[in-house]
Amino acid sequence: MTGQNTQGSLHKSQTNGVAFTLAGVNLIAMGSGALWWQEQSLLCVSDLHLGKSERYARAGGAVLPPYQTQDTLLKLETDLEACRASTVICLGDSFDHPEAAGELAEDDRLWINRLQAGRDWIWIEGNHDPGPLEIGGSHRAVLSVHPLFFQHIAAPDHVADVMGGEVSGHYHPKARLKTAARSVSRACFLFDDKRLILPAYGAYTGGLSTGHALLQALMNPGAMAILTGKNPQIIPMPRSSSDR
Amino acid sequence: MKKLPAQFSDWFATRGWSIHDHQQQMLDKADATALLLIAPTGGGKTLAGFLPSLIDLAASPRQGLHTIYISPLKALAADIKRNLSTPVTEMDLPVRIEDRTGDTPSSRKRRQRADPPHILLTTPESLALLISYEDAPRIFAGLQRIVIDEIHALADSKRGDQLMLAVARLNALCPAARRIGLSATVDDPKAIARFLTRSGDCCHILNADPGPKPDIAMLDIAAPPPWAGGGAAYAIPAVLEQIAQHKTTLIFHNTRAQAEIFFHKLWLANAQSLPIGIHHGSLDRVQRDRVEAAMVRGELRAIVCTGSLDLGIDWGDVDLVIQIGAPKNVKRLVQRIGRANHSYNTPSKALLVPANRFEVVECLIALRAVESHSLDGEARGRGPLDVLCQHILIIACAGPFDPDTLFEQARQTGAYHDLTRDEFDACLDFCATGGYALRAYDRWQRLMADADGRYRLRDPRSAARIRMNIGTIQDTDTLKVRLQRNRGGKPLGEIEEGFAATLSKGDTFLIGGQVVRYEGLREMTVEVSRQANKTPKIATFMGTKFATSTQLSAGILRYFEHNDWADLPSHTAEWLTLQQQVSRLPQADKLLIETFAHEEREYLCAYGFAGRNAQQTLGLLMTKRMEELGQNPLGFVATDYATLVWGLTTVTDPAALFEKQALEHGFEDWLSGNAVMKRTFRASATIAGLIERNLPGQRKSGRQATFSSDILYDTLVKYDSEHLLLAITRTEAMRGLIDFERLREMTQRVEGHIDHIRLPRISPLAAPLLLEAGRVPIAGAAQEHLVAEAAARLMDAAGLTP
Repeated sequence: MTGQNTQGSLHKSQTNGVAFTLAGVNLIAMGSGALWWQEQSLLCVSDLHLGKSERYARAGGAVLPPYQTQDTLLKLETDLEACRASTVICLGDSFDHPEAAGELAEDDRLWINRLQAGRDWIWIEGNHDPGPLEIGGSHRAVLSVHPLFFQHIAAPDHVADVMGGEVSGHYHPKARLKTAARSVSRACFLFDDKRLILPAYGAYTGGLSTGHALLQALMNPGAMAILTGKNPQIIPMPRSSSDR
Repeated sequence: MKKLPAQFSDWFATRGWSIHDHQQQMLDKADATALLLIAPTGGGKTLAGFLPSLIDLAASPRQGLHTIYISPLKALAADIKRNLSTPVTEMDLPVRIEDRTGDTPSSRKRRQRADPPHILLTTPESLALLISYEDAPRIFAGLQRIVIDEIHALADSKRGDQLMLAVARLNALCPAARRIGLSATVDDPKAIARFLTRSGDCCHILNADPGPKPDIAMLDIAAPPPWAGGGAAYAIPAVLEQIAQHKTTLIFHNTRAQAEIFFHKLWLANAQSLPIGIHHGSLDRVQRDRVEAAMVRGELRAIVCTGSLDLGIDWGDVDLVIQIGAPKNVKRLVQRIGRANHSYNTPSKALLVPANRFEVVECLIALRAVESHSLDGEARGRGPLDVLCQHILIIACAGPFDPDTLFEQARQTGAYHDLTRDEFDACLDFCATGGYALRAYDRWQRLMADADGRYRLRDPRSAARIRMNIGTIQDTDTLKVRLQRNRGGKPLGEIEEGFAATLSKGDTFLIGGQVVRYEGLREMTVEVSRQANKTPKIATFMGTKFATSTQLSAGILRYFEHNDWADLPSHTAEWLTLQQQVSRLPQADKLLIETFAHEEREYLCAYGFAGRNAQQTLGLLMTKRMEELGQNPLGFVATDYATLVWGLTTVTDPAALFEKQALEHGFEDWLSGNAVMKRTFRASATIAGLIERNLPGQRKSGRQATFSSDILYDTLVKYDSEHLLLAITRTEAMRGLIDFERLREMTQRVEGHIDHIRLPRISPLAAPLLLEAGRVPIAGAAQEHLVAEAAARLMDAAGLTP
């Protein structure tokens, strides 16, 4: 396989994160689905989809358990306590629909405020939550933190040499791994020499297989996947086709 | 004794028939509020059920619905329509008969609602849909009789519970409507009567002449059966011989996959080109119709089938029934045998073909049980609450309802006779608000209460969603299969999504008896092409998994004590003798456990004889305990009689794993985390309406539902452990897939008497388990280990070093 060195070094340095490099930056993919940039003390999470259960209820369908927000915030709080980030980027689709931020329960709103205290908190807009939100923090369409570039959806014409390594979300990638026992499917990070796609951090979020044409088109041959879970693992990005 | 009107007795005479005793009795008792007829197949049950309707309509012609007939099978409804049309046409009666099932085109359905026929033949799901319409009172106005066919098949299932709740509603709309149940032979007719009847009413039970004793034996085959598996391919030459010697043979299998494989192999050996068809629930309807029509015309010499043909359709000249694989319980066997009894006075003929060596013993015990008329019966549990939830939503679709009235109606239904108000309110709360401890988004409740206490749908448009998801049959996890063509080729049937996920382009599998090649997945449909030259991968199909009944298991253990294998074929006798020499035979009052090493793994085999589901649970519990004790289990496999566990460490003290307290305590913890609970939860959550399988505009894939249902389950366990759905799941699982009741029964039976024998090698009785499919992997430390190994291998192969 060629181009090995452009991936930089790949090593498991922490018990629940896999270290890798993008555009020369050392990053850690955490088992929870969060991205940790130690040098900048920056934590990035994507696709929280807070308020999704409300959307279903409003449509007159089943009333899903209303604990999704609690669950996601608890996970985020745990991650923040572990890494003590001073900057947090929520990389889009943080809210399932534009009104969701306004509809947050008071307790949950206060919780987010507590997490935001003493930190730079940036909400990047996504397709589900475009525009400024009714919540504290700064609201941006894209963000450049040299040499990385954060936006919700990967741009196929993104030029990494000029704009920096692209970090995006949106696709909720999932990878399947065949073990000696059986086949296991986990949400995953995807990265190559130009870009990184984060897994969905929120509960109740579905996923897109790495074999899907859209993801195949975005990632170069030689792209890698990092499976989330208790013990994150890195593997070459699976290429098998399945349109689910 | 009521006389047949002249018109009818004349018609009977032209056919050379005279009225059967039980048909006369049904006529005499036609005014009874509830009537149950127990009759074998072919005993003129249909006419018995409909004669009073036809006579009534002939005497006073009228408009509107008179009789509604419900059967579990769509095919049965179609068949009855065919049969009834004959007397109606020949006597020129003013009676319109129509069927209405999932297969009925919507134009006809609309017409039926506007202008109901006199007799409507339908299924439980279609009836549930009908009562959900606002104009239900108009559709059913004037209803006189409710006939439920094959009621024994419905009486112990959720479909039956849903049906009787709907019938309760019908009686609320039409208090005069009488209930008639038609049943095959059962062990407890009173239980069926209770199921049929409104609480407080009485039910007459009529027993028709059961007919001559069945002629049933094991098929004599020179070649010994294999050690494991359910295939019975070894029996094919003998089966073909039987087909050639009879007019029409039905060949029953316990699972659809087995039917497919058997049919495929049968065709390969079918040198005489005898016309043989295949029929099961996963095949495309058009295909099934073709097979049914060919059968009726007498064009087929044999049909390979599953439970889809278990019920009373009166197919042409079936003169032999072959049961492939042990029957699992005696009652089903007897009912199946009844299929070869279309001509009322000749004994039904049936042959059993064990699929593996252990099944030889099972079949022998089953034969003896049939001989001695001891049918097994499992006690029915209380009415399931998930079905009640769906019923509440269905009623809400028809209009605002009063909860007190609905509660009373439910309590009048047999299975729910001891429903408490608290339980009902919990169901109502769940339907209305989701029933969560955390009261959230109250504005978006599904049901809202009016000032006068009546409940209605908050958004009337949600009625469409509810109607789309009516039913209790879990046909989740299937994808349609079509021949590849530009605009969608011929539909062949369905396969499980889990199986489809393992396919790559070029893989071949069996469906409808043909080998097809997987070409790809397009818009939730599996596309295939015809391809004959590769060995097919076996498809898995949805279908019930039966466990051997308690009675049969007990019979086998008693048999082992007698030490006399004279009744068994020599190959099986030798096997059991060898087991006795090398190890021991399991006994009723002890739990036999063998441990041995084999090919670099350590094994433990526990012979519980508790049935497949309970043995599976035992496997999960044992491996959990082993995990805690650091004993590194890797996996297990369970059959109806034993559980085989393998791992990395020798187990020296198995008694520790079966210590009663540990088992029960471990059970509690484990209950919340395991996969069987999640699967059970998914089924109940779907029925109760928390998970919607069908959404307007788009069909939600089964796998997506699996994913979100696991998340829902975990969320509830974490944040809302008292939630209604968790309680329902627990109750379900205890009886169903987990079958903890039977496990408890087993522990009581052996009362701590563990009989542990350490062997130098694998035993004859344990060996077949190694060949069984359905291994359950354990995702413990050992699995994480394997995941890391697999990842490392992939990286290695790609030339990367972590």
